[in-house]
Amino acid sequence: MSVLINKDTRVICQGFTGKQGTFHSEQAIAYGTNMVGGVTPGKGGQSHLDLPVFDTVQQAVAETGANASVIYVPAPFCKDSILEAIDAGIELVVCITEGIPTLDMLQAKIVADSAAARIIGPNCPGVITPGECKIGIMPGEIHLPGKVGVVSRSGTLTYEAVKQTSDPGFGQSTCIGIGGDPIPGTSFIDCLQLFEDDPQTEAILMVGEIGGSAEEEAAEFIQSEVSKPVTAFIAGGTAPKGKRMGHAGAIIAGGKGTAAEKFAALEKVGVHTVRSPAELGKGVAEATGW
Amino acid sequence: MNLHEYQAKRVFASYGMPVPNNQVVESTSAVSDALEKLAGDRWVVKAQVHAGGRGKAGGVKLLDTTDAVTQAVGDMLGSNLVTYQTNAQGQPINQVLIEEISNISRELYLGAVIDRSSQRVVIMASTEGGMEIEKVAAETPEKILKTAINPLTGLQPYQSRELAFGLGLEGDQIKQFVRLLDGFARMFVEKDLSLVEINPLVVTAEGQLICLDGKINVDDNALYRQKEILAMRDESQEDERENRAKEWDLNYISLDGDIGCMVNGAGLAMATMDLIKLCGGEPANFLDVGGGATKERVSEAFKIILSDSNVKGVLVNIFGGIVRCDLIAEGIIGAVEEVHVNVPVVVRLEGNNADRGSQLLSDSDVNIIAASGLTDAAEKIVAAVQAKQ
Repeated sequence: MSVLINKDTRVICQGFTGKQGTFHSEQAIAYGTNMVGGVTPGKGGQSHLDLPVFDTVQQAVAETGANASVIYVPAPFCKDSILEAIDAGIELVVCITEGIPTLDMLQAKIVADSAAARIIGPNCPGVITPGECKIGIMPGEIHLPGKVGVVSRSGTLTYEAVKQTSDPGFGQSTCIGIGGDPIPGTSFIDCLQLFEDDPQTEAILMVGEIGGSAEEEAAEFIQSEVSKPVTAFIAGGTAPKGKRMGHAGAIIAGGKGTAAEKFAALEKVGVHTVRSPAELGKGVAEATGW
Repeated sequence: MNLHEYQAKRVFASYGMPVPNNQVVESTSAVSDALEKLAGDRWVVKAQVHAGGRGKAGGVKLLDTTDAVTQAVGDMLGSNLVTYQTNAQGQPINQVLIEEISNISRELYLGAVIDRSSQRVVIMASTEGGMEIEKVAAETPEKILKTAINPLTGLQPYQSRELAFGLGLEGDQIKQFVRLLDGFARMFVEKDLSLVEINPLVVTAEGQLICLDGKINVDDNALYRQKEILAMRDESQEDERENRAKEWDLNYISLDGDIGCMVNGAGLAMATMDLIKLCGGEPANFLDVGGGATKERVSEAFKIILSDSNVKGVLVNIFGGIVRCDLIAEGIIGAVEEVHVNVPVVVRLEGNNADRGSQLLSDSDVNIIAASGLTDAAEKIVAAVQAKQ
């Protein structure tokens, strides 16, 4: 078992023939992801990376039975692409693109919720179930099939979490990069619930950062709903107030959303926290006794 | 992106929201013409900078002669205003707003943000105008009234009426408030704002509602479709190094410490700063060099980091995911040679081809200290910087 995706997930790529779409689809195919085609309006009927190209997601779903889509189209067109995927019945929409207007995402999220579809991202590395399915831009080779569920707002910091849980042999059940934007399609809480329900996941590693209150909300959820050991790190303890630290969502506004508050909220409910990003793996070992 | 008060008020006015009659001047010679266009014999003179706390810092003055206004405008223009929200240098004053006086009877607060938890645009109103809203939220949260904009219907008049009654408005003030909020809500969505504050929104002795101050933050991600707003950008209010970095698609934020950082990825960049602090050092900046760490961009990143004279050492932390670490190592070596870096540089490479990358670094002639892990890297740069002192 794993969460969200596995070897049977049938994946299409929106923005398939573009530079990013091409490069990362090649990588995904090489990893063993069950890529079944792609969409680029106007290029329907062509073949790309030995896979069929379609004009619309509707056609792609009808022809290939795709149930997941990964989006690499530029930010101004992402809302359209997400809504097209949802309308075509895609259950899992992974949006890698950075820079989507917040109000676009707010609308897309409402549509996704009403259609019972799930968006991962935007502004995220994607999702991977090691050894089975890679949807996104993460380097496949650092992952190891295993028992830690990883959920993170970051990209390369997620890779740290992965490497540090691969090196001691724990491995990962699934890694979910929920992205660094103010309104993510999928929250920490959504992922915690998935990992709690997944028999393969024995421990959870959560990587948060400054801004917003998603980590505090996750802490409340962990207290009542999560029985598995959770380890957490929050990036941005040294970040100044009022400055957006790269990610659109990583800003301490009005003195709220600091790392200290988030660490405190998590520790209060028994989450094992680490203060150094070099101790993510060690933290998991301490929390589990592995 | 932030707007000046006078710009925010122009946007307010374009949505039918009442603002005081005002004039903006950029020179003392424009003052007498400006005053002729305004009614009354007393005026408010307000320095235009991207920072709060202007009143306490001497950036807002109440004056009653042309000479006094001219004098104040002359003092303000060309100087820097230092408030509790700015750094020690302050923000340059290039425009001064002169306004007619309002006869204030009550001071209210009106604001709107995108609330992450409810995933809606939430409007906040309070009777505690003129105070810092964060303080009100912390001490008397019951005094903040809230309502969310339904994305399907937009803000409805009943929501505005509820707020109006909650604020204790009466008679015609309620109609004025409903009209004001209609424009306010449409403005937020149509202009892709991330935050608006009107503090205070006043009720005058004559019973008129007026937006006496105005603060607008715009969603940077939406600027491509907000040409009018983008034209209002004032680079003089922004950090020069941060802007230079943006031109190279680098994300740079200057800080107060002495250890420069260059990292790929925003989360890892923040975590690297945290680790430096944990090892006893102080980070000089946040810098996300992004995915394509080419030689040109690494060079530019070094130049920007080193243009901060406080920097006594640089830590490069790259987790090569898709990009190969040996290519990044070549980029770093080339950049260090080209930019003539004369402070210690510690490099930690991880991921794709990391061993080859580290080998290239240690074989090169340039003075680079290779680190074998995240903690090792932070300890080495902190030690190198402390050894220099």
